[in-house]
Amino acid sequence: MTAAIYIADPPDTRRLIALDGVALIFHRLSGQTHIVAPPAPEILDALGEGEADAETLLARLRRDHEIADEEGLSEALDARLAELEAAGLVRRA
Amino acid sequence: MTDARLLTRALADPPSTASFGPADWTPLIAMARAEQLLGSLAHRLDGLAQSDKVAELLAAARASADHARRTALWEAEMARRALADIDARVILLKGTAYVAAGLSAGIGRSIGDLDILVPRASLDAVERALIGRGGWEWVKEDDYDDAYYRRWMHELPPLIHKERDRMIDVHHTILPPTARPTPDADALIADSEALDPSEPRGLRVLSPPDMICHAACHMLADGDLAGGLRNLWDIDRLLRDFGEREGFWDDLAARAERHQLTKPVARALRLAEALYGTPVDGDVAGRGRAGDALYIRRLLARDGWGRETRKGLRQAFYIRSHWLRMPPAMLARHLWTKWRKG
Amino acid sequence: MRHERRIQVGPVGFRIGSDWAAPLAALDRLYAGYPEPAIADFTVRLEAPRPWRRWLRPKVHIGGDYMLPDAAPLSLAHGLLAAEMGMNLQMALGQRRYLLLHASGVEKGGRALLMTGLSGAGKSTLAALLGECGWRLLGDEFALVDCDSGALHPFPRAVSLKNAAVDLFDDVDPGRLGPLLADTPKGTIRHLRPNDDAIARMEETAMPALLLFPRFGHAAEIREVGQGEAFVRLTQASTNYVALEERGFEALARLIRTVPVRAVDYPDTESAVEAVERLCEDLA
Repeated sequence: MTAAIYIADPPDTRRLIALDGVALIFHRLSGQTHIVAPPAPEILDALGEGEADAETLLARLRRDHEIADEEGLSEALDARLAELEAAGLVRRA
Repeated sequence: MTDARLLTRALADPPSTASFGPADWTPLIAMARAEQLLGSLAHRLDGLAQSDKVAELLAAARASADHARRTALWEAEMARRALADIDARVILLKGTAYVAAGLSAGIGRSIGDLDILVPRASLDAVERALIGRGGWEWVKEDDYDDAYYRRWMHELPPLIHKERDRMIDVHHTILPPTARPTPDADALIADSEALDPSEPRGLRVLSPPDMICHAACHMLADGDLAGGLRNLWDIDRLLRDFGEREGFWDDLAARAERHQLTKPVARALRLAEALYGTPVDGDVAGRGRAGDALYIRRLLARDGWGRETRKGLRQAFYIRSHWLRMPPAMLARHLWTKWRKG
Repeated sequence: MRHERRIQVGPVGFRIGSDWAAPLAALDRLYAGYPEPAIADFTVRLEAPRPWRRWLRPKVHIGGDYMLPDAAPLSLAHGLLAAEMGMNLQMALGQRRYLLLHASGVEKGGRALLMTGLSGAGKSTLAALLGECGWRLLGDEFALVDCDSGALHPFPRAVSLKNAAVDLFDDVDPGRLGPLLADTPKGTIRHLRPNDDAIARMEETAMPALLLFPRFGHAAEIREVGQGEAFVRLTQASTNYVALEERGFEALARLIRTVPVRAVDYPDTESAVEAVERLCEDLA
């Protein structure tokens, strides 16, 4: 089975407001508000370069952010992607 | 005694509201809210001169309708994503279809549940995908209701989304199998049209004649005329969108016959013409019948306080609607079960 | 309908129709001095569920533009409460012009204090008490936030005093009090008409300066509340946040980012009034 490819809608479909420690995202397509913590906004930014599978996405995140090499990093990324997909902020190609 | 003629006139002839005073607006707005037509009315009256208060109320109604539209389209998109891996046509019905296809009937319309039509053979796969990947779950019903739906209705028991709290109705045809007319569900699906012709695997809507057949059937063969003015307004708008197209009326007559819906379609056309001045083809609409006047009285049974009037007539249409959907013995059994449960 | 009364409260006009005279007579006394709207925003109906119910053990069904399908009818003796609940219901289900927060508000010197919390948190009583000692009551139940300017529109409906709170207002002008309604589904209730200043200035908006989450019956304590938590709690306190879409989002985000937010626990009402006044001096 090939890895899932993820797509995020362009940034102008979202209004992001940073509060202390969390970010509010108003998603214009659904009219829904999401309250997210890092790294969700960073994932959406990284997908802004174009659709990607999880591995490519992780490479983009490493390039732009300081990420420690921890156990379970890719599992954590998969979990965040699943949350973003359920919220409708990310979809599969 | 006032009836909903005030509302149907304002919808059909917006400039006629220019002479309205406060004593007209308050009842009109109450009536339009009760009939779920305030958003449609607000769009019809947009751009006409109004007092500040009226303009403010109508602007709020338009904003509300915008929200309904966005929410409906999003539910459809989420259903599309959940069903993307299933090899079956997914057809949007009613309000969501109208807004998705950019039809006039969708302008300002209030939209409740998401209604979709899928081939009967795909029902199980659709149900599994919605519950699994999609995040929908059964609305808690008792066993009798569940069995009743599955055995006798034209749809799955309703599903509700866990997070978004919105319902989806999955139909495999447009009338219950117990009803007398048997629309040709395969033909509905075969002739449906892709919303985006470059995406043949995307969401679809019914063909124009089938859309009219469904709207007429929904209004006249599948209910007690509750919400009838709104359903009839849909029909008016659809006919104005499609009526000028080459061959439309012949197609409509042929499709209505194929779905065994010639009479409801003809009556819907006559009622739309009577209440909204809809241009209709005389051959398809047929000659007026004595019963039409009763339908009109029932459709207009609403006063300036938004109250239902003509209780006896409403009751008669209610009983008739159950009669239409179920053979009498089954109706008795169904009502008995409902009464016993209180 | 047989009987009709219209009431303007802040920017919202109501038309209340009734099958009986009594509830509207009570409403008349309670809302003496309020303007009457020419065009109503909302219609409320107090109806007999069955025609004969008008005479025989009469029950009042609360109807209107917006209704809850399972709302239980009230006895005719509680007709005034039915009218009040009917107006609340229209606001909760139908208000689309302003961001509606389930919150009380008072104002002094152009700066408004908003209080919100679960039912029974004391926000209504607190606002009413402050309204009797130098503050202008904006509303005890709903705060209306203008999405464009962020200002609060007063909505000074009659205050609904419940149970123990009823005794706290023994010394006000009796003409401002409604009848004592015993054994309602919410216990004992008495309505209080806001003072003349609150009614006369019902069109005068005020900018929010402080947001409090009061909680009654706990040891005195004041906590800061994070912006994220405050945002979530306010979305839960709003009945139309979702329907207002991005306008509601911007309005709420602006409120959270521009005013200080505190959670205030208090053991009794006297200490609460003191604590709130002190907080306002320090922060607002």
